[in-house]
Formats: sequence, structure tokens, C-alpha cells
Amino acid sequence: MKKRLEVLKTYKIYIGGKFPRTESGRYYLLEGKNKKPLANICRGSRKDFRNSVVAARKAFSGWSGRTAYNRGQILYRIAEMLEGRREQFVSELILQGDSAAKAEKEVNISIDRFIYYAGWSDKYIQLFSSVNPVASPHFNFSVPEPTGVVTMIAPEESGLLGLISVIAPVIVGGNTCVVLASHSKPLCAVSFAEVLHSSDVPGGVVNMLTGFRSELLDNFSTHMDVNAVIYCGDDKKEGKRVMENSSLNVKRPHIINTKDWTKEKAQDPYQILDTQEIKTTWHPIGI
Amino acid sequence: MVTKEKLIDFNSVWEYSPAPESTDHVKLDDKYDLFINGEFVSPKSRKYFWTENPATGKKIAKVAEASKADVNSAVKAARTAYDKYWSKMPASERSKYIFRIARIMQERSRELSVIESLDGGKPIRESRDVDIPLASAHFFYYAGWADKLDYAFPGRKTRALGVAGQIIPWNFPLLMAAWKIAPALATGNTVVLKPAETTPLTAMKLAEIIQEADLPPGVVNIIPGAGETGKAIVNHPGLDKIAFTGSTVVGKYIQKTLAGTGKKYSLELGGKAANIIFEEADLDQAVEGIINAIFFNQGHVCCAGSRLLIQEGIADEIINKLKNRMETLIIGDPLDKNTDIGAINSKAQLKRINELVSAGIDEGGTIYQPTCALPKSGYWFKPTLFTDVSQSHRIVQEEIFGPVLAIQTFRTVDEAIEKANNTPYGLSGGVWTDKGSKVFKVTKQINAGVIWANTFNKFDPTSPFGGYKESGMGREGGLHGLLPYVELI
Repeated sequence: MKKRLEVLKTYKIYIGGKFPRTESGRYYLLEGKNKKPLANICRGSRKDFRNSVVAARKAFSGWSGRTAYNRGQILYRIAEMLEGRREQFVSELILQGDSAAKAEKEVNISIDRFIYYAGWSDKYIQLFSSVNPVASPHFNFSVPEPTGVVTMIAPEESGLLGLISVIAPVIVGGNTCVVLASHSKPLCAVSFAEVLHSSDVPGGVVNMLTGFRSELLDNFSTHMDVNAVIYCGDDKKEGKRVMENSSLNVKRPHIINTKDWTKEKAQDPYQILDTQEIKTTWHPIGI
Repeated sequence: MVTKEKLIDFNSVWEYSPAPESTDHVKLDDKYDLFINGEFVSPKSRKYFWTENPATGKKIAKVAEASKADVNSAVKAARTAYDKYWSKMPASERSKYIFRIARIMQERSRELSVIESLDGGKPIRESRDVDIPLASAHFFYYAGWADKLDYAFPGRKTRALGVAGQIIPWNFPLLMAAWKIAPALATGNTVVLKPAETTPLTAMKLAEIIQEADLPPGVVNIIPGAGETGKAIVNHPGLDKIAFTGSTVVGKYIQKTLAGTGKKYSLELGGKAANIIFEEADLDQAVEGIINAIFFNQGHVCCAGSRLLIQEGIADEIINKLKNRMETLIIGDPLDKNTDIGAINSKAQLKRINELVSAGIDEGGTIYQPTCALPKSGYWFKPTLFTDVSQSHRIVQEEIFGPVLAIQTFRTVDEAIEKANNTPYGLSGGVWTDKGSKVFKVTKQINAGVIWANTFNKFDPTSPFGGYKESGMGREGGLHGLLPYVELI
């Protein structure tokens, strides 16, 4: 009997809650074991990036205005959807070269990491806030607020867990983001965007691009409507460039050089604080 | 003078008799050297510059200008002090040294206030009641943190960064020195501090106080100078951290320069704060708040409420009240206790203010200034209002850093928030309303680090201060003010 012909998936980018192909029409071929073609991946362009920033900015007030409880629920929902599609993620990791055991472990930790950050949603504000005993008749308090639109160059080596470990702390804090997925391991990033799409995350909160780091690095770090940029990797020249570019509009640059994302140290409430601003409010006390 | 026989006449102007603060208790030298390694040393550059009294234009003292080589000596001294004393000392002892500084500053507060006003031009009322008390309070607050850092950041311990290079502005000379030095010392760092070239004197007095407090040599080094000295500090490879307060242009230069060096930095930059007045606000209180927001310290305040947004229905009334109130402001001798507005800090700053005010007029704004007379010598600028301006006007977009207020109106809450946030800056903001729920809605939506509701320009050592967006990053003051000076481990 003839074997059924497999339906192949088109891997697209994710902007403003939609899955377009790159406006540039360009692609790069992703190959698996023995040079077997896996997929034509979108080679995202400067214009795709700009569109993503517009979508992220548009989504910001709504997302940051959600209650902490609601954001926690949505992050938990993301974990539920990941759990439901775990086999897909495992098989994509295997296609990209991981062993079955390693793939299984990475997916498990990825799901748990979302649960971890989901739980922080209504706690980090308490942790990082203060009521300040000023020496005058005023009520004075300081609370963290999301920085705004955050761009991220996701970890190259860890296509799912690394990606999730940088996205979760940013969005749980009410920011919106534009992410450049791993160039060599992009499959899970696109599938993760599909998970987000079915998890009540409003469109534009996470925008996922695929493409070339070298091509998009400057755009990710120079855009004037971006408030913070996270660069994952150990390339000193690229890191320096990101930090230099950030000075154009005083972006908050963060260089993350985590080698092993499976460790417990790779999750941390202080990572949420990295994309928060402290706001202090004063009000007189009197009659 | 009011006597029992006469009725009080509210219709004619009351004259104030001069009430000058005496200066006879103030000891100032003719010349100030660099404070390096616990001693006053002459600069390798052999260069000195004059610091002058901006209210008279008269020279006060010669001050040493630190060159690259001097910066190097200061950094070396700070490094040795870090390795030898400061990092080895029990935190509780470090704490006691900082308390000592706070106490001596309190004891010498009158002297410090007078020098601050002489050197910087600010009214003695402000240096006496705001700058100097807050500066010593800042040391007092952070002193107590030194041995309690394990409680500051849940789940983490802290580690000092090492040697911090600190560059401060001329608008609150001693207070900014305190904001920089106190948290750095409490967290276990040693420092090299550069005061601004127009206002170095209270920093040199602080150096005397640090000597008097018997701090180990090199823990605090104070080296005056201008832009070149600052540049040498920013570029010095021996520093672990740069803390800067000043203009956004320089802040961006520092951020760019430090890229890839691994040095930590915190930046407290410019602002163009919106002060929003809603129609249900207590209007008389709001008028006082507007005056304080823009004319405090001649408007030389990065968080000044330099954009006034008034709800349309009360705009005419508020503007009239403002004009009346401005007539009563006393401009003149900074050392007079009645003075509300002192001298502009420097010739260069006066030029900048004049340039932007001219641009405001050229672009179609309507200018208003009270009828007051200005002193003949020194640098002065009348308190100024602009109406008929919109978002695209330079005086609405650019930081003037002077006593100049740009007034716009709005109809709805959303329009007010939109206008308030329409700026690359995000340092501060003001909201005036009697509706509690509106306070919370609006303060939450203004993108700025410090929001004053029904008040303005209040500061406290326990209260974090710092900006969003192009107003900088990092906080000074409070628990959050520790973070820029530590590594979390």
C-alpha cells in the first residue's frame, strides 16, 4: 500500500496577530540531517520589522492595562497550549538535530518556565514596589511599570527554551515585543507564535520574525520607537553595536549570555525587573 | 511698616526691606585644589579656573582644573582605597562614617547654604530650606543601608562594583554630590566625583567635611573641571561605573562611549514635564503649584513643570491668576531671605534661555513677563509665560532649563495625557484635581518616573527619582537607588 503523502507546513512570520509571509518575498532554506530540506523560512526584512514595531506599540496600552491577574491567566493558558502541542515541538526539535531525550526535556522545561512566570504576574509588583516614608506630609509610593516596546535577538542555540525564557519575563511585565528567532533553529519559534495566537494573547503583544541577525541587528537596536533591546549571545562586536545603537534614544540595552537555559538560574524575577521602570507618585496628606 | 493706627492697605504694593543673610561666618579661600587621596593637591595640569558669583559677575575663587593625568591619580587613589580599606571594612563601620558626614553637614549647614547661593545664584531660602537639609538627609538615609544590604533585594545578595566615576550638574551642586556619593559609599564603592565648573565650591567644602570625618584616604576624591575632565572620567578604563546627571546630549554620548566596556552606568538626563490642571482642581493651590513647578531654582530643574496644560474652561482664569502671582515674585539678591527668584547660573545658560525665548517669539508664541526690575550686574531672566504655542514649537519640545513656562490647553483627559506624553523625555509630571480616582488614572498613564499629584518639585532621600525614555535610566534615592551601585549575586 502506498504511504500517505505528508502535508508540509509553511513557516511564516507573526506580526500584529496575523501570519503573513515576509513582505520582501525572500526566504532561506533550512536543512535538517543529511542536508534534507526542512522548510523555506521567511527572511524577514527591515519593513517587516517596522511593521512589527507599529503593531507592538499599538498593542502596548491594552496589554499593559490588563490586570496582573488576567496576564497571569493568559501566560498560564500559553503553557496549557504548549502542553497540548508538545509532540509537535518535540518533533521539530528532533528535526533540527536534537536527540529525542533532549528534545523531550527542553519542551518540558519550556512549559514549566511559562508556569513559573505566569505565577509572578501578580507578585513581582509587590516585590519591587515600596512605600517611601518621606519627611513631609505626603503619601509617596514607587511601583514598577513596563518599559514599553522591547526588541529581542533571541538565543541562537536554544530555539525553544531560550526563546521562551526571554519572552516570558518581558510580556508578564506588560511589555510588548518584537523577536528575531534563532536563525538555525527557527521552527519552534514559528510554532510558538501559533501557540500564542490560540492563547488569548492579543495580537501585537509578541511579534515573531525569522531571518538574518546580521541584517536586522541595527534595525532592532536603532528604531526610535523601541524602549529596550535584549541581545542574546556572546558575540562581543554585536553586543557592543547593540549598546552603541541604543544610545540614539536612550534605549535600555540588555546583553544576555546564558549558556545553559535548563538551569534554574535561567529563570528569575529580576529578569522581569530588567524591562520595568520605577514610577514614584507623590500626594499631599491633609484635609 | 504696618502700625496699629493705620488700616492695612491691600491696594498698594508692600515693600520688603532687604533681609540679607550675613556672610561673615563663611570661610572661603582664594584658591581650591583637587581633593585626591584625602589631601588637597595642586593639579598636574597647573591650570585653575575662576568660579564667579552669577548675581554680581564677580570672581569668588580660583579652582583647580583636573586634567587626564589628575583623573588618573584620582582613580588610582580610589582603587587603592577600595582594595585596602573600604571593601575590607565591616559594613557597620562604613555606615558610621557616612552618618558622620551627614552630621557634620548639618553642623555646617548655614555656611554651606550661603556658599551655595553665592556660587550658584539660587535664593538662600532654597539653599537653606531645600538643598542643604536634603543633602545631609541623603547621607543620613544611605548611611543606614550600608549594613542592611542583605535585606534590600529578596533572594539576592549584593556586591559592590568597585570604583564609581560621578559627574554632576550645577543646578543643585551639593545635593547632587550627596545623591551620587551617599549610595555609592553605602554599597561599598569608592568614588571620583567631578562637580560642575560653574559651581565647585560646596563640593570642595564637602571635601573638607570628608577630611573632617576622617574617611580613609581615597574613598572619596573630588576633582573639579569642565567637559574635558568629564570626558577623561567617562573614558578611564579603571572605573567600574559611571553615574551622570546632566543633559540628554551628553548622556547619549556616555551611553555610546561605554558600549562594550562592561562598565555599568546610570543616567539622569533632561526633562520637559507636563503639569496638568483639571477644572475641578483647587485653582489657587494649583497656581502656587505651577509657580513652584517652573520658577523653583530659576527653572534650572530637570524635572521642572515647564509645560502647563490647562483644561479649556479654566484657562483664562488660571492665566490671569498666574500673571497676578508673578507680579508679586521677588527677583534679586540670592542672599536676601525674601528673594523668590535668584540669578541665572551662568552667562552660557542665560544665552541658551535667550535663544529659546527668541525662538518662541519668532515661532508665534505670545510672551508675558511681569514688570519687575532686574539687577544691573550679573545674569538675570524675568519669569516668563508663553501662550499661543503648540506641540511643534521649540519651546514646547526643548528643555529650556530656565524660568520659562509654555502654556497649552486641552479638553478631555485623554487629550491631556496624549499631550503630556508627546515628548521624548519622561522624567516627571504633575496633575492637579480634586478627584481621587482621576489622580490614579492620570498619574498611571503619564510616562514619567516621578509624578506629583496636587504638589510639585518635592524631593526626599527615601523617594526614588529618575526618568523614563530619554530622561535617563536608573533611580537615585530610596531602596531603588541602591541598585545602580551593586551587582546582584
